[in-house]
Amino acid sequence: SPVPCRSASSLALILFRAFLTCPDACVFQMVQDPTQFDVLVMPNLYGDILSDLCAGLIGGLGVTPSGNIGANGVAIFESVHGTAPDIAGMDLANPTALLLSAVMMLRHMGLHDHADKIQTACFDTIRDKKVRLKSLLGGLQYFCSFKSKFQTMKAACL
Amino acid sequence: MAAHSAVLSASKIMNPFWVGRLGNTAKVFGTTLIRHRNKTSLTPPPAKYGGRHTVTLIPGDGIGPELLNHVREVFRFTCVPVDFEMVNVNSALETDDDMNNAITAIRRNGVALKGNIETKHTLPASVKSRNNVLRTSLDLYANVMHCQSLPGVQTRHKNIDIVIIRENTEGEYSSLEHESVSGVVESLKIITRNNSIRIADYAFKLARERGRRRVTAVHKANIMKLGDGLFLQCCREVASGYPDITFDSMIVDNTTMQLVSKPQQFDVMVMPNLYGNVVSNVCAGLVGGPGLVPGANYGRDYAVFETATRNTGKSIAEKNIANPTAMLLASCLMLDHLNLNDYASLIRNAVLTTMNETRLHTADLGGQGTTSEVVQSVMRVIQSKGQFTAEL
Repeated sequence: SPVPCRSASSLALILFRAFLTCPDACVFQMVQDPTQFDVLVMPNLYGDILSDLCAGLIGGLGVTPSGNIGANGVAIFESVHGTAPDIAGMDLANPTALLLSAVMMLRHMGLHDHADKIQTACFDTIRDKKVRLKSLLGGLQYFCSFKSKFQTMKAACL
Repeated sequence: MAAHSAVLSASKIMNPFWVGRLGNTAKVFGTTLIRHRNKTSLTPPPAKYGGRHTVTLIPGDGIGPELLNHVREVFRFTCVPVDFEMVNVNSALETDDDMNNAITAIRRNGVALKGNIETKHTLPASVKSRNNVLRTSLDLYANVMHCQSLPGVQTRHKNIDIVIIRENTEGEYSSLEHESVSGVVESLKIITRNNSIRIADYAFKLARERGRRRVTAVHKANIMKLGDGLFLQCCREVASGYPDITFDSMIVDNTTMQLVSKPQQFDVMVMPNLYGNVVSNVCAGLVGGPGLVPGANYGRDYAVFETATRNTGKSIAEKNIANPTAMLLASCLMLDHLNLNDYASLIRNAVLTTMNETRLHTADLGGQGTTSEVVQSVMRVIQSKGQFTAEL
């Protein structure tokens, strides 16, 4: 029910907008202008659909981090792409999704400095067009191996 | 007529594999039989009273009434031989009398054009969504939406041409919920073999009719193994009877991701009710928004036309800023259904020509045009084609 959401938001002074209670109106707005959204909360099935939709908007599952939070701080962080057995062990996989999930984990543990360092390094490496990996959605040109990307990031961290 | 219905019933019971093949042997009974068998569209009601059709008009709430007024204006101007029987439905009432009147009127006329009827959340849960009641009472089992990139509208993705066929009567919209324990609600999603076969058959027939090469079933059978599993199995069975059409399936979350990154890969999509709702809204967003796409609901005996995304648009009602394109194109679909194809093409071309004028784009397309400006432009384009018209 929406009541607990509303009372929580009034406590935290966060703007709460009961967005049209239906996922259909939300999705076409998401497709046309996703920047209008900040945080979205929803039940399981809509979450499944909308999270993949948003992942598609930002570049695919190869760059999308995720975390599953439970009671008492128990949490599992994971990338949500597949196991890609065809490229396993070949130094071709995109590490971004799992790395950013690890960054989420560090924030959950309160290690914000380390999280910021790794995240900045990751974004800088992606921005640097010389080092690009095969995206899990397909399309990006393969230039360098994972090792060189890692080295670039390591240098950026220090 | 008796022979027609007898063979039609027999074909419905028979294995779908044989239905396509019987088409040739049915020639011996006359060409009208083949028309019944091979076409997805039902035979429209014949014109009466001097060649004029009567269509039920349900204005609905929000922007529905003003947009339907514009449709009537355009029809009057173009001298379309259609008369509207208006039936109002008051969404604030808890009684069903309004809806019963509307349903009776649609049963009488066979065809309807409607705006969305608001579902007030303040009414008790026992009061069902009126749009839903309409669809299930008339058994409008197929919701068809054709998403095409329009040349005059700037979008991120181009060359989109997807037909979405959504099961319209069951699934998550069965309105069966209960709260056995306080704070724990159980919701029933109903998937039946009959309805799944019916909608899959509709999808494949439509694909064949329109020369489409591929049908994709959208599901979540990895989680809902029995429900969506049954739907998928029915689609596969029907697919085996159409070897000329490629069939594949895709999980709904992957589908939405693929739609926002590579929508050109999709051709015809068939899916249960809720996924149809989400996917059709995603596609509407991809081609330019809910103001552009018309929708059609077909049953065995009736057809109801409306905008594809079924928005009430309360916040923009009566401000003269709503986009009339979707409703005008829906009225063209209705004219096609009534076999008034010349009028349909005339109005459709006028609407698409008007869409090319960026300065006439309404607010939802990022422009500053008003609804009346767009409608006036449509009527001017119709007049310029040399068609006999009423006064502007």
